[in-house]
Amino acid sequence: MNSSVKHSNPSVMVTADGVPLMVSLSRAKRKAKIRALLLVTPLFLFILVTFFIPIASMLLRSVDNEVVEETLSRTVPILQGWDQTGDTIPDETVFVALHQDFVDGYREKTIGSPGRRLNYEKPGFSSLFRKTARKAEKFEPPYQAAFIKADKKWGDINYWRVLKRESGPSTDSYYMTALDYGYNDIGERVAKADDQSIYVDLFGRTFWISFVITSICLVLAFPISYLLSILPAKSSNLLMILVLLPFWTSLLVRTSAWIALLQQQGVINDMLVWAGFLGDDNRLAMIHNQAGTIIAMVHVLLPFMVLPLYSVMKTIPQSYMRAARSLGANPFTAFVRVYLPGTIPGIGAGSILVFIISIGYYITPALVGGQSGTLISNFIAYHLQSSLNWGLAAALGAILLFAVFALYILYDKIVGIDNMKLG
Amino acid sequence: MNKFVKQTLLATAVTAAMVSTASAKELVMVSWGGAYTASQQKAYHEPYMANNPGVTIINDDSGSGALAKLRAMKEAGNVTWDLIDMTGSAAMTACEEGLAEEIDHDKVLANAPDGTPASVDFGDLIISPCFVPQIVYSTTFGYRTDKVGSNPPTSINDVFDLEKYPGKRSLEKRAVNNMEWALLADGVPSDKVYDVLATDAGVKRAFAKLDTIKDSVVWWEKGAQTPQLLADGEIVMGSTYNGRLFSLIVEEKQPVAMMWDWQVFDLDGWIVPKGTKNKAEVMKYLKFATDTQRLADQSKYISYGPARASSAPLVGKHATLGIDMAPHMPTAPANSKNTLLYNIEFWADNTDDLNEKFYAWLAN
Repeated sequence: MNSSVKHSNPSVMVTADGVPLMVSLSRAKRKAKIRALLLVTPLFLFILVTFFIPIASMLLRSVDNEVVEETLSRTVPILQGWDQTGDTIPDETVFVALHQDFVDGYREKTIGSPGRRLNYEKPGFSSLFRKTARKAEKFEPPYQAAFIKADKKWGDINYWRVLKRESGPSTDSYYMTALDYGYNDIGERVAKADDQSIYVDLFGRTFWISFVITSICLVLAFPISYLLSILPAKSSNLLMILVLLPFWTSLLVRTSAWIALLQQQGVINDMLVWAGFLGDDNRLAMIHNQAGTIIAMVHVLLPFMVLPLYSVMKTIPQSYMRAARSLGANPFTAFVRVYLPGTIPGIGAGSILVFIISIGYYITPALVGGQSGTLISNFIAYHLQSSLNWGLAAALGAILLFAVFALYILYDKIVGIDNMKLG
Repeated sequence: MNKFVKQTLLATAVTAAMVSTASAKELVMVSWGGAYTASQQKAYHEPYMANNPGVTIINDDSGSGALAKLRAMKEAGNVTWDLIDMTGSAAMTACEEGLAEEIDHDKVLANAPDGTPASVDFGDLIISPCFVPQIVYSTTFGYRTDKVGSNPPTSINDVFDLEKYPGKRSLEKRAVNNMEWALLADGVPSDKVYDVLATDAGVKRAFAKLDTIKDSVVWWEKGAQTPQLLADGEIVMGSTYNGRLFSLIVEEKQPVAMMWDWQVFDLDGWIVPKGTKNKAEVMKYLKFATDTQRLADQSKYISYGPARASSAPLVGKHATLGIDMAPHMPTAPANSKNTLLYNIEFWADNTDDLNEKFYAWLAN
């Protein structure tokens, strides 16, 4: 019945087995699409599991604050009824709940975590929780008095204000710290005093040093890449190996080599003193400062600039420059108007590569940076590895990530991302 | 079909049993690498493996990032380490975060030869219920003998005296130790140091003292940096761990000497990570490796003081150099006229806050 209807309508094209062509075509297309999707799925899943999920879960830590609510599960709901703007500490009902939370938390060994978490907000919480937990089992009612007897900080309203403020499931305090803001005693957001603000200046310094490194890399790499692109293959291959050789050498070895070269009793200073350019007393300080960071990082990152530049320059026919000259341009004009625009994709790719890598660099600055050459990534590493303040590390990392995104968009608006050529 | 299922089950069971016996014999121990791990290998691991032929001890040198890695392992639910060497304060953090097993010291560890229980033999050094102390190390100063002439530095004041000892000095890039030294050099009595440091005025005072030498300081982050800077002649004096200076002076014979004034004592020891798959074996190892003789043996290879009171009289000569180790110990009477015990309680509360202030001070 159905097929007879289709046959009866001459305006619909059908395939040999009587299915309308449109339907059959879209079926075939869908099949091809599914097949293509299946082919990408493994890679997609791999990237999802090893890249996006870890990064997303790390970024979530920058606002996550569940540890307080979880461990002090009885205290937190009751505490919400307490007025932190008044001048009395919470009453006995809160302390009864707190006592149960402490006894359980001590038994299950979970009471230390909220103490360490709150210590980020106000120094003293860590020992307060640790000391109290040891004694809590023996407390007798009234608990308020017992707690205050165990540690008088429990009678200090400022500790309670912090506890209430940070008892929610999420917090903005990591981002505030990362931007050099903090809370004052009564819970208002205030900019930190100069002697306590670090991160904003460090972000600025990180971007500035990365910009300087990128510029130096560009200036150094441009002539090298040009030379490589015009030399015959035989000699350019040899030179290319010289560019790549440091690339293949361990980063630590290269950094240590720079220390041996640049330090005050190092090779370069020794030579300058020997040749009489410098007195023995005023040797140059070229390491353990910003200069050291810049020199060592330019060396490490130079190949990342040379390679994209070279691959772009290789595709620019030398006849272009000759044509420009024969049409009357002087060498400078020919270079600026004809050659340089052709290399923009390489410059863009190289600069973005070097800039983004140097923003996240931390081993070299840690070893040769001294106090003025330390970058924000050193602090991220410090909070990940030593202070174990992963929330703050995540907040600093997230700010860095978004700053890089913003720069990327800016670059796209100005130069155009399609214009970039990565080799 | 039924037979096939049975066979498969049996094969799986046998494989599982083989795997589990194989892994029961491998203990992964995390430590600091270099001369320190070597000393543990000689004093603890090798004799233990000789007594227990079924056990293989694998050294993992990721000690400096151990706390962070352990936390990540625990969150991933797969702890692959069996025993971790940590500083006392890191061990305390691990314990508070629930990353380490609590240990009943008297049950798990050996008594002293005279029957003194372990908890008494280790005494106050058991700073956390998860911590088994191993050594007492100190952070102290080394100086270039050829750069100070006939007038070597003898007191912490000399570190802050740029006129008497011009040139660079190296200090660790963190608040800990430097703040205490600054206050001591500024005339604060040693028993008041932490009281003063607990106040805002005290912190300002410490920074003001550090300001006087700020431009002449190379800040180090890795323990190997000061010995290297001293060997290169980059600095005239610098702080580092006493064991590093010992090997620089005695083993590498550099023109360097020790300045012990107000060395800061700190502890290093073992923790058992929660989630280890070889807990019974690890406890057995701990009993062996922290007994009186073993702790004394470690000091044959490195100049760190054993954490047991009963080990001190057994400290002997260096295993290869044959020199007497006792005078090189931070605890030797001549070296320990002025010592400061790292205040773990204080720093557990204030490390984050003071480091933040310290880095801000550095940057300005």
